[in-house]
Amino acid sequence: MTNVILEVKNLNVEFTTDDGIVHAVKDVSYTVERGKTLAIVGESGSGKSVSSLAVMGLLTGSNSSITGEVFFNGKELVGADPEEVRKLRGDEMAMIFQDPLSALHPYYTIGDQLTEAVLVHSKVKESEARSRAAEMLTKVGIPSVEQRMDEYPHQLSGGMRQRVMIAMALINGPELLIADEPTTALDVTVQAQILDLLRELQKEFGTAIVLITHDLGVVADLADEVLVMYGGSAVEHAPVREIFYEPQMPYTWGLLASIPQISAKKEQLDPIPGSPPSLLNLPNGCVFAPRCTFKDQVAGDACANQFPDLLAVSVDHEARCHLTESQRSAIRSERKIGRL
Amino acid sequence: MFPYIVRRVFVMVFMLTILSIITFLLFNAVPTDPAMLTCGKTCTPDIVAANRIRLGLDQPLYVQYIDWIKGIFVGRTYGSGSATFECSTPCLGYSFRNGEEVTTMIVNALPVTMYLAIGAFTLWMLVGISAGIVAAKNHGKWQDRAIMGISLIGYSLPVFFVGLLLLVFVIVRWNFLPYPNYESPFEDPVAFFQTMLLPWVTLAILYAAYYARLTRSQMLETMGEDYIRTARAKGLSERVVFRKHAFRAGLTPIVTSAGLDLAGLLGGAVITEYIFSLPGLGRLAIGAVTEYDLPTITATVLVAAVFVIVANLVVDILYAAIDPRVRLS
Repeated sequence: MTNVILEVKNLNVEFTTDDGIVHAVKDVSYTVERGKTLAIVGESGSGKSVSSLAVMGLLTGSNSSITGEVFFNGKELVGADPEEVRKLRGDEMAMIFQDPLSALHPYYTIGDQLTEAVLVHSKVKESEARSRAAEMLTKVGIPSVEQRMDEYPHQLSGGMRQRVMIAMALINGPELLIADEPTTALDVTVQAQILDLLRELQKEFGTAIVLITHDLGVVADLADEVLVMYGGSAVEHAPVREIFYEPQMPYTWGLLASIPQISAKKEQLDPIPGSPPSLLNLPNGCVFAPRCTFKDQVAGDACANQFPDLLAVSVDHEARCHLTESQRSAIRSERKIGRL
Repeated sequence: MFPYIVRRVFVMVFMLTILSIITFLLFNAVPTDPAMLTCGKTCTPDIVAANRIRLGLDQPLYVQYIDWIKGIFVGRTYGSGSATFECSTPCLGYSFRNGEEVTTMIVNALPVTMYLAIGAFTLWMLVGISAGIVAAKNHGKWQDRAIMGISLIGYSLPVFFVGLLLLVFVIVRWNFLPYPNYESPFEDPVAFFQTMLLPWVTLAILYAAYYARLTRSQMLETMGEDYIRTARAKGLSERVVFRKHAFRAGLTPIVTSAGLDLAGLLGGAVITEYIFSLPGLGRLAIGAVTEYDLPTITATVLVAAVFVIVANLVVDILYAAIDPRVRLS
């Protein structure tokens, strides 16, 4: 048994729309080891959510096409029998979503929804499933569980709802949890609690986590490895320490520069100029070139004409950028990017 | 749940009171003298004056209103001395045109309308909702397009057109069914069904088309909800996702529509009853209007409105039963 729980190779997702083909995910590859956390970082429309929905087999629309390879526990999921993938969902791989209010069914009680999650995958009595649900709710820190079991999602606070979602996702002891912006819809104080909870449960169950977020604070808190996505492509892929200390790609620099820092003497944040590209009409060269401050330093028109390859910077660090390594370190030390 | 129902019932009683006042004022707003209408062919001012006193029309409006409401709850005696006559509870008035108590006329007409409405309702709900579900499940495929196309046609055909078409072809030309002749289902079930079949179909075509479209759009909308994605992420099969998670949520607006549509029909399906000579509330109302039979007009309006208000209450309670968020807010 290898240590890799999820291996994604050259994943491509396309949607056929009335306006043309949307290439939402382009050639994305990554691996997730058991018990580890991979953070996928990027703005809205960068393809981070779509790529994970594709992994879960949740892109059900007839207008989507998925190519590439997804090995879960060594088993190929792309093109697999949907029924086989369904049996894995909620059992060996689970997912939680951004807005727990809309993600929980408004018409069923918390207890019923959790019990259902148990009963889909194990042949146990309903009473047994219910007590497992109660146990799991206690574990995620829900107070007075017996009473909460009979309540509906709208009667709980946002943080409690996300705890319920986490309990529901982890109730069958999955090996992989995909968390799609799990703290975005929550208050800042609650965000920290939810992240702590995820960390504790990960330790207890040994669950691997794919954490989708645009919040680098969350990444620093939880991730072992980071994949930065932009315009549907992976633009940088490195261990979390390297992303913060030795980022190699101007987009990652931009993300880092836009984090507010209490210690910084700057009065203003540095936003990345412009907005993400439309996936219907991606630029020819580097997807980030139109917003890149440093493209003039690259010889010729390489940035405008040629999409850079994802090249190894060091053993476990890859980035896409036409800037040479010496140019990058010059820029980083000049601009004080990364905690050098 | 219980306080919710009590609150709704209070609202309903209030609405009914307002409604009875409006209906009563309607009676008085008609530009004819009710006393005049009660007078026979050999009419003299004396008779009119006597009738006015007998019917209580000489009293101030609020007294008349109270008498009218009292009549509904405890019955009423018209006139005084030797020329009195009793109108038993619930007294909705006396129709001089027909020489009958209005309540009796309504009680006779109501079952016909009820059979018509409930039969058509059952038919269109079954056909409409199933068609809508099939269309939603095959979204974008030929089944969907076929159902939507057919329902668009059904929805655009007016009831009088469909009704007459069926009458002309099925009965007059092809003689598949005898001419409509209403019989009570308890006395002659065969004649009853033969008479009711076409009216049911006529009404059901229109409503089934509407419900197919409504169900389809509701199901498609619900299938795009986040909690449906969650249900799939739990590993539930598509069948369970659709039946348990999507259908119940998609059902709510359908329940609302269905309740109000049924209530609307119970107040009388005027055109359909007229075409197929069904002695229901709709025909009673039309007849009353053409003959200036004021007490009957008032009574039919009141009955129809009561159906709508009661249906509203039932819908509200059903809504709360389906959606817990309504119950507790």
